[in-house]
Amino acid sequence: MTGYVGGLVFGLSGGMVIALAALFGVWWERKVAGRIQMRLGPTEIGPAGVFQALADTIKLLLKEDITPRQADKKLFRVAPFLVFTPIAMSLVVIPFANGWAPLDTSVGMLFYLAVPAVSVIGILIAGFSSGNTYATLGGIRGAAQMISYELPRTLSVLAIAILAGTLAPVEVMARYEWWWFPVSLLGFIVFFISSVAELNRAPFNIPEADSELVAGYFADYSGIRWAIFMMSEYGGIVATSYFGAAIFLGGSQGIGGVLGVLLIFLKAILLITVIIWVGWTFPRFRSDQLLTLAWKVLTPMALVQIVIVGVIIPWL
Amino acid sequence: MNASSIDRITSDAGEVDAVTLKITERTKKIATDGTPVDELVVNVGPSHPSTHGVCRVITHVDGEIVTKAEPVIGYLHRGVEKIAENRTYLQVVPLTDRLDYVGSMYTNWAYSRSVERLAGIRVPERAEYLRVITCEMQRMASHMMSLGSTSGDSGATTAFIYSFDIRERVIEFFEDLCGSRLTYNYVRPGGVSMEVPDGWFDDILAWLPIARQSLSELDRLFFGNHIARGRLKGIGVLSAEDAVSWGASGPVARGSGVNWDLRKHDTYSVYPRFDFDVPIGSNGDAYDRARCRLFEVYESMRIIEQAIEQIEPGPIKADGIPRLIAPRPGDAYDHIESARGSLGVYLVSDGSPRPYRMKVRSPAFCNLALLPMLAEGHTLSDLVIVLGSLDPVFGEVDR
Repeated sequence: MTGYVGGLVFGLSGGMVIALAALFGVWWERKVAGRIQMRLGPTEIGPAGVFQALADTIKLLLKEDITPRQADKKLFRVAPFLVFTPIAMSLVVIPFANGWAPLDTSVGMLFYLAVPAVSVIGILIAGFSSGNTYATLGGIRGAAQMISYELPRTLSVLAIAILAGTLAPVEVMARYEWWWFPVSLLGFIVFFISSVAELNRAPFNIPEADSELVAGYFADYSGIRWAIFMMSEYGGIVATSYFGAAIFLGGSQGIGGVLGVLLIFLKAILLITVIIWVGWTFPRFRSDQLLTLAWKVLTPMALVQIVIVGVIIPWL
Repeated sequence: MNASSIDRITSDAGEVDAVTLKITERTKKIATDGTPVDELVVNVGPSHPSTHGVCRVITHVDGEIVTKAEPVIGYLHRGVEKIAENRTYLQVVPLTDRLDYVGSMYTNWAYSRSVERLAGIRVPERAEYLRVITCEMQRMASHMMSLGSTSGDSGATTAFIYSFDIRERVIEFFEDLCGSRLTYNYVRPGGVSMEVPDGWFDDILAWLPIARQSLSELDRLFFGNHIARGRLKGIGVLSAEDAVSWGASGPVARGSGVNWDLRKHDTYSVYPRFDFDVPIGSNGDAYDRARCRLFEVYESMRIIEQAIEQIEPGPIKADGIPRLIAPRPGDAYDHIESARGSLGVYLVSDGSPRPYRMKVRSPAFCNLALLPMLAEGHTLSDLVIVLGSLDPVFGEVDR
């Protein structure tokens, strides 16, 4: 019984964290994008417009939840949750503080790499169940893209796992040494690029491609179901940035307490900002160029990274 | 699978009817090796982020590859040519504003030149200079719109904002000049409608170096990007022969290496007095078309600077033009180089104060006709790039 209660409490608090992360992420993205584009971003609601995203959420909650007539209704309604849940689950193994993760497991990195990948099923279902050609094409593109980028992402993380000799993110953070960064730089680049692609963020937002497919796989969603897609996107950004900061950038660097929490938070914010910066500056890839990048550039780079680490390890 | 290896054998729907076409209709196809291929019909438009107005493209895709793209036009048809028959010659000018609404100055001017030719009106020199200055500024604004939408189509939203920043400044200058931001009604038969406000030329001269700087910034931001070059190069290749035989003009033809610019090759107004170059592409792809537009903006700046230097005080309207112009029976055709190509207006007069017939030779219409040929075999993502590189304005296409 306590297990259920604990799970419920944990699930609710996790949902709150993601909602807050999404609210912050939307505001931060709009501010950064505004500065990039010679604008101010939101300014009206709250100081520096911080409550803009909250106001948008209230608006989205009040909007009509439309199910198109030609949609497969059950699948259409369930798809957003199939995208959201795996990404929310992946947050569980992320070390938010020194020596602490919500779920400190010895296979944390594997969990983080494997579980969010399930959301591709949700994207496919969303695309096919909408009964809309744009959505169908978006779903197919999303599947092709996310499956391709799984491989380089997993391989790049493998280098750090070899260096640390563990798959637990908390342990990796504890054992981190400064010279890991130059050694694993190649892997970090591969991880970063393939994570952006995995999140369907610009310049890899091919499945949603607003100028081609209008909004891709979630073109027909409205109101809160649409917001759940958005939340999973921002939840994914937060998870990726925290994971990258913890694994590749050393996280809290052994500093405990509030300072350590702050340190890893700042590193994550840095990565979030770079994701936003790249997204608003670069044009979008074409699907074939995207797959070329994954298989001909990133995968070999990740393999080279593993070789580098493999050569270094015996000298330690 | 390569699109060219597929031959159309049967079709469930027969000839695709524009009205009864269902969104998810599928046409059965059989590849050369005998395996059936399902083809998806995607209805792009008429209301779509990248159709640059209200164009509908019935697109057949095999996976991502476009096997057939059929533009459906007419959503913005307002019958301007017919309405013109019931209006006096001066009342038609505001109608021409609504043709090419991204470059109203051109349609004003092309129409005015045709009327002037028909009625034998001589335009004062200062008015000709003002026409050149406003139209070259309009070319800047129009090309910035085109470059902005090309970058927007390929997903670069910031480059879009940067180019609209330059365009906005031009529009502000026009607002100072004649009070309008989009439909100017400025160039009229016999001259121009208004004298320039005080300090207008100085403001333009002060702004042009800033514009050059932001233009080169845009150049580096968008064309300097590896992804952007990869998206534009080799997309929608148009050969010089095809460009000529399909009647393409403007940057679309020049991008394919056709050296055809009416300002040089059928020169009009005071253009022979200016020193400027005509940028010519070589590959005929979307990249070269976009680059032609970018360099034309630089050339327009050169022309504006020379024109402001040369312009002298004087009248801006021809003397003795009656309010009701009633040319002798006959016809006249005149054309100018608009941002989209050779824009011509043909007028027939029966001696009454209203045109008997008006026909607009629209460069955007001729260029848009190339879309099915250029888009075939490319991916759906490239379809919007090809459409954007043809730079159609549907007010002018549909008329």
